[in-house]
This record gives sequence, C-alpha cells and structure tokens, in this order.
Amino acid sequence: MLHEKSPELVCPAGSLAALRAAVDNGADAVYFGYKNDTNARNFAGLNFDHKAMVEGIRYAHTHGKQVLMAINTFPQPGREADWRRAVDGAADLGVDAVILADIGLLDYARKRHPDLRLHLSVQGSATSYEAVNFAHREFGVRRAVLPRVLTLAQVELVIRNTPVEIEVFGFGSLCVMNEGRCWLSSYATGESPNTVGACSPAKYVKWEKSPGQMSTRLNGILIDRYGDGEAAGYPTLCKGRFEVGGEIYYAMEEPTSLNVLEILPEIARIGVSAIKVEGRQRSPTYVAQVTRTLRAALDELSRDADHFKARPAWQAELGKVSEGVQATLGAYNRPWR
Amino acid sequence: MSESIRKSFGIPRFKLPAFVCAVGKRLPQWPHAVLLTTGLNAVLKMKLLPEDSLALLEGRSFLVDVLDTGGRACFTYRDGLFRPLFSLPDVPDLTFGANLSAFLQLALRQEDPDTLFFNRDLSIEGDTELGLVVKNMLDAVEWPKLPALPVFHRQAVDH
Repeated sequence: MLHEKSPELVCPAGSLAALRAAVDNGADAVYFGYKNDTNARNFAGLNFDHKAMVEGIRYAHTHGKQVLMAINTFPQPGREADWRRAVDGAADLGVDAVILADIGLLDYARKRHPDLRLHLSVQGSATSYEAVNFAHREFGVRRAVLPRVLTLAQVELVIRNTPVEIEVFGFGSLCVMNEGRCWLSSYATGESPNTVGACSPAKYVKWEKSPGQMSTRLNGILIDRYGDGEAAGYPTLCKGRFEVGGEIYYAMEEPTSLNVLEILPEIARIGVSAIKVEGRQRSPTYVAQVTRTLRAALDELSRDADHFKARPAWQAELGKVSEGVQATLGAYNRPWR
Repeated sequence: MSESIRKSFGIPRFKLPAFVCAVGKRLPQWPHAVLLTTGLNAVLKMKLLPEDSLALLEGRSFLVDVLDTGGRACFTYRDGLFRPLFSLPDVPDLTFGANLSAFLQLALRQEDPDTLFFNRDLSIEGDTELGLVVKNMLDAVEWPKLPALPVFHRQAVDH
C-alpha cells in the first residue's frame, strides 16, 4: 500500500516537560512509559507516574496529538502480572496505542482489550514482511517499528507486502542495533534492556578523569578512553574501543547518530507511515530542538517534495545534539545486505 | 521560565581567561554554595522537584565546579532542605564540572545535558546513577510560565 503523504513525526517524552516540548514543537505523536521496568528506558528519575500520564494525555489530546505508550520490555518470570497491569493501565488511560514487543503480551492485549491499538515495538525485532504479517494476523497489530538494520530498499519491500503501517527511526543515537536480541549489556552487567529496561544501567558506569583523558568503565570493564576535547558517547559495550588483533578501534559500532533528513523524500515515497525520534532519556531541550527541526523538514517536504533539499541549518542543529557528533544514514544506504 | 529570554539572548560557548580562575580560586567559596542552595530551596518550596527523586539525594554530597571562574559550590540535601557544606569532602558523591557558559546554557535550557556531555563541555564524576537522578530531576522541572517580557522581544527585533 503506497501513500505518498508526509510521514507522521513520533517524538520521545521522558518527562511531562519533554512531552509538552514535543507537542509544542510539532510532533504528531509522543511516546512515553511508566516509571518502571515495563519499558526500555527505565532510568532513575525518568518517565511518568499515573498522574503525569493523565496530564500528558490531556495536554497532547487537547492539541490534537496522539499518545503512544511503550511497554516494550519482556515480562520476567513470575512477574508477568506487572506487564499485564501496564497494558490494562494504558487501556484505562485512553492512550492512542501501546507499543509492545513480547508475543505473550501482544496476545494478552489483543484478547483483553480488543479495541486497544497495537504497535509492534522495534524490540519485537520484526525485520521481514512475514514477521510483520504474522503479528498482524495473530494479534491485529496495526503498525510495526522496523529495526535499524534494513536498507531503504528492504524497508520498501516490507511496505509493499504488508497492510501494516510501517514506522522507521528518523533520528537518534545508534547502537549495534540487534534490537530485542542484544545481550551485550547483560554480558557486562547481568542486566539489559530486555530484562530490566535499561542498557548499561548507570549504577555500573564510572567516568574516571585523569590528566589529559577520561576513561569509561562498565562494571569494571574499560569501554573507552577519550582524550581531552574528544567527543564522548554512551557507555555501552557496542560503542567501545577494544584491542583486536593488536589494534585498538571501534570493534562493533562507533558512537553515531542516525539522521534521515537527506533521504526524507525517499522515505515518504516508499510509503513510510511514521518516523520516530529516539531519546526518551534526553532533556526537553533536545526534544524541542529535534522536533522543531524535523517538523520544518517534513512541512517543506509536503509543500514541494520534488525540490526538497535538507537545509544546512537543520543539519547543523541535528549534528549538534548527536552522540559522537557525527550523523549517518545508518543501514538505510548500505550497499550490502 | 526562560523561553522569551532564551530566544533573545543565546549564550555562546565561551571560556573565561585564565586569570579569572586564578583570582576566583583565591576568593572564599562559601558564598557560591549559599547562593546555589538558596536557589535550590526556592525551587523546592515551589514544589517543582518530585519527592521520589529527592529521597535519593538524602545525605549525599554534591560539588558544582565552575572550571573557568574557579568557583566551587559544595552542598548536600538533608531533612527536606539543600544545605551548603563549608568543608569539602575528600571525594564528593557527585561532581559536575563545566565552564560558566555551559552551566548558563543548561540553566536556560538552551542546550541538552547529554549534548554538552558528548561534546565534553560537561563532566560528571562520582556516582553515575545519582548523576542521572539529578539530571532527570532538573530536566523534568516545569517552570511556571512567566508573562511575555516585551522588553526582550523588542531588543531581539532591534538586533
């Protein structure tokens, strides 16, 4: 199903202040999560309690914007009820959709709340139209967020072969992107996004300064060393520099951010329904900066798709807030499969 | 708080000359801590800081180190109030270090803390999780909206 309209802009909210920043700066939808391990950004002091959710939903709906709730971690043995309660809470609150990853939870949501709109989280790791169509057939999933490992041609192939809306990432920090299947954080700390809702939890992270350099350790493992003035990244194993075969380099992934400004016309042309901004862990300032920039770009795209050109000012604004201070097209333009 | 001000006065990235730091380091440091805790307590009074995050700060020591002014403010949070610490602990639980411009950019919400951190304009040492609590707590503050300040708008147009 091809529809050449401008994709929706889906923006992150780690706090009520960030939610308002997203709405005020032109997001079509915001996504948030509870203050617990039912979502993959379970960091201290972040996210929403019930009262904040009620206010956030009121604010977004008053402004004609949608609210999506991420319940995208995997229920832990013996605590399945916590995840079901989160889904029930979302239905009671009247969010516009829930973003789920676990098959059991999708099944629960489908049966218990047949009217609740379901999105398949990036953590659900569906990279093919067969997987997306399975989620549609079995659980009535209406939208799927694709992992950041597909080329644009592969995204298009999925879109051409599914009735499910497709959402892709448009901006934000990249990692090794083995989304929903990554255990690197568990390897180092025993905890990972899938289990506790956080990659490389802060309690295991140490930034050590010494003259001329800063070292990052994750549970004692040296992740990286930065010279003074050298750009830093998040303290994850996948973005560390390690000695391999006598050479020290980024053995898995460099700290970078994805930025699709350049290929927005292509993204719209192939029928992507929504682009998502990563970063619930970041401040309202970031949310405002990124939302404002992408809104301007999407508006320009819908005015004149044929002559669309990413403006240097947009690139500069997004480049500034990028992790590693470099932005790439990620897998979208890789020649290899 | 600062939307109208921020739009008119962008804080550039700058570093004060070295002599400022040399002089600043020799001045008494306690006024910085008194000023900062007074400000934080005012924010507390306005009930802008969430209780659950505040509970995690109880009894911990914090150091704000303004690198290019040589100013340092050390304080703690105890029994519902931020309190200056007049003698510096050997190793504070959490240290934020940055030049004045970065602290101003943060205070006016002109820049995102992670952006400043990636660019090495802000350093966080000590208990990283405590740092995250503080960062997220300050990020979540919703400043009451001030009435638009026409004087600032006019200046912005003039420039």
